[in-house]
Amino acid sequence: MCLVIEPLDSFRQKPVSFLAFGIPSIGWLLLFFMVPLGIIFFYSFGENVSLIAVKTTWTFDNYARIFEPEIMTLLWRTLWIALLATAICLIIGFPVALVIATASPSAKAWLLLLIMLPFWTNLLIRTYSLLNILGTRGRLNEMLGWIWMRANDFLVLIGAGDLSLLGEKFIPIKFLGTPGGVVLGIVYVSLPFAILPIYSALERMDTSYLEASMDLGAGQLQTFFKVLVPLAMPGVITAFILTFIPALGQFLTPDLLGRGQVDMIANVIQRQFKGANDWPFGSALSLMLLYVTFILLALRAFGDAARARREARH
Amino acid sequence: MSIRINRRQFLTGTAAVGISITLPNGVFAQEGKVNFYNWDTYIGENTIEEFESSTGIKVQYDLYADNDELFAKLKGGNPGYDLIIPSNDYIEQMLDAEMLLPLNRAKIPNAKNIDVAFMDPSFDRGRKFSLPYMWGTIGIGYRKSAVDGEVNSWADLFDSDKYSGRIALMNESKTVLQMAMKYLGSSINDWSDEKLAEAEALIIKQKPHITAFAQDNGQDLLLSGEVDLAMEWNGDILQIMEEDDDIGYVVPKEGGLLWEDAMCIPKGGENVDNAHALINHLLDGEVGAGIASFINYATPNTAAQALMDAAYMENPAIFPSAESTSVSEASVYPGAEWVRKVDEAWTRIKAAG
Repeated sequence: MCLVIEPLDSFRQKPVSFLAFGIPSIGWLLLFFMVPLGIIFFYSFGENVSLIAVKTTWTFDNYARIFEPEIMTLLWRTLWIALLATAICLIIGFPVALVIATASPSAKAWLLLLIMLPFWTNLLIRTYSLLNILGTRGRLNEMLGWIWMRANDFLVLIGAGDLSLLGEKFIPIKFLGTPGGVVLGIVYVSLPFAILPIYSALERMDTSYLEASMDLGAGQLQTFFKVLVPLAMPGVITAFILTFIPALGQFLTPDLLGRGQVDMIANVIQRQFKGANDWPFGSALSLMLLYVTFILLALRAFGDAARARREARH
Repeated sequence: MSIRINRRQFLTGTAAVGISITLPNGVFAQEGKVNFYNWDTYIGENTIEEFESSTGIKVQYDLYADNDELFAKLKGGNPGYDLIIPSNDYIEQMLDAEMLLPLNRAKIPNAKNIDVAFMDPSFDRGRKFSLPYMWGTIGIGYRKSAVDGEVNSWADLFDSDKYSGRIALMNESKTVLQMAMKYLGSSINDWSDEKLAEAEALIIKQKPHITAFAQDNGQDLLLSGEVDLAMEWNGDILQIMEEDDDIGYVVPKEGGLLWEDAMCIPKGGENVDNAHALINHLLDGEVGAGIASFINYATPNTAAQALMDAAYMENPAIFPSAESTSVSEASVYPGAEWVRKVDEAWTRIKAAG
């Protein structure tokens, strides 16, 4: 490990080249992240003085409004939907990442391509195609209806038709307009972001640890949970952050797959900047999401530092 | 064993918290040019080309999806638009914020083509700042074979489980609450805390029976059979009526919402003369007929109407009966205080259940 890091360390010690490479990204962050963020920050302490003007009066009203019961309800809903979707992404993503990491080099390239493939189609179009699949008259229910028909025919055939074991008629499953539908939509868009970091962590892992664990008498499951998962933890944490944080800000999925019935907090924020014309309140709400994000990133940084200290001690 | 992943983690980590904000872009004015900002699918097939070839003025054509988007774009300072087509209550809002220029009628001789009934609306007395483009209603689109007899009341959408799980409302806070108020028997512009609370309670109670608060796609849900009744703009329902004979449209007996989109010149544009020329062009009889036959909305232009066929002029989904227009109302801008109250009520509706 040290051998690889060394050249970069010496790179860091040459201030001129370090700055030359650093300035574009720092300038980018400053101009397109810090400045807009600053504007939002001032708005969040502002008041609408007319239809088109906001004045920063350092009022806390906008932040106080976050504690209205309906906003808290929506925040809570946002939080559990995002957490559930993230958990599902990690549970599905880990095995997939493991398969890719252990595949042969040529298969690996193809599998990674398959993971990246959905990015070639715009998110809106992919969401509309999900609408087509998941609707009560959608493809999935069409298929389920067909299976129901066949199963019912079979029951009639064996003389159990009168019992209506499967109900009078096929009732389409309601996927859309439910929290489940929104979770499904978020899992669908976020899964690649969960798989890729875990894959990176697993790929650079030294497999001799696994062999050592097995040699020393640990079973498959024990090796998986006590060796593999802890070693992949940095990747899992990155996967969590890359899935959870964007999920907090989802508004397209609740609008389309949630059919406006399962609004999340970002739908309220979007409304403040459009129809409600209340930029100060919208700013306060989005900054609050940002604080949550920063707390999570800070926690990760502390975790990394703690791990680095532990490793240094060994 | 490479360190690259850490760099990537760093960059993707920062990208995850990135937020975007639209700042007004530079003014793009120029000689012989006009920047026209219009609704999507809201113009004739050759309208722009005809104007360009007859006047030599180049049209920069830009689209918005709704009034809120238009207002949000102009709010931070006009980025250079010369002609816009907001709806009646937004014109009022823009006049309140002094965002519009008065029109110079001497440069718009074709204004004489407009039906006199449209020349003195409440939102712009004497038509100093706007000239009408198209008008219509909000009502109920429905699947004829799936409903029981005739649909003619908002009760079917707001106060009944008869069509449970087959109803789409719009995802527009003010409009939905206004139609609920209409059903409850009051004017859609008569805002009071009690009436708002009553309308809010009605929708929350009805929420389990509602399939969707449709984001500009109620007509698609109706067409694909996901719902059988949808509160929608008449023009959206008309578009699917052309594809499916089984679709009907009605302005309920309690009355619906009358809307009008009108041409306005926002302050801060650099091609005011060209904008006047474009308004004059759009009000020409033949040009107006070309637009109306393509987008199927009701034109207030009598010279254009004279060129249209009976199928258009006698379609009740385009031109509602005098009876239903008499009970329908146009929305009046309620003032910032009520915009906020309405939005808070909508958030409570969305948080319920």
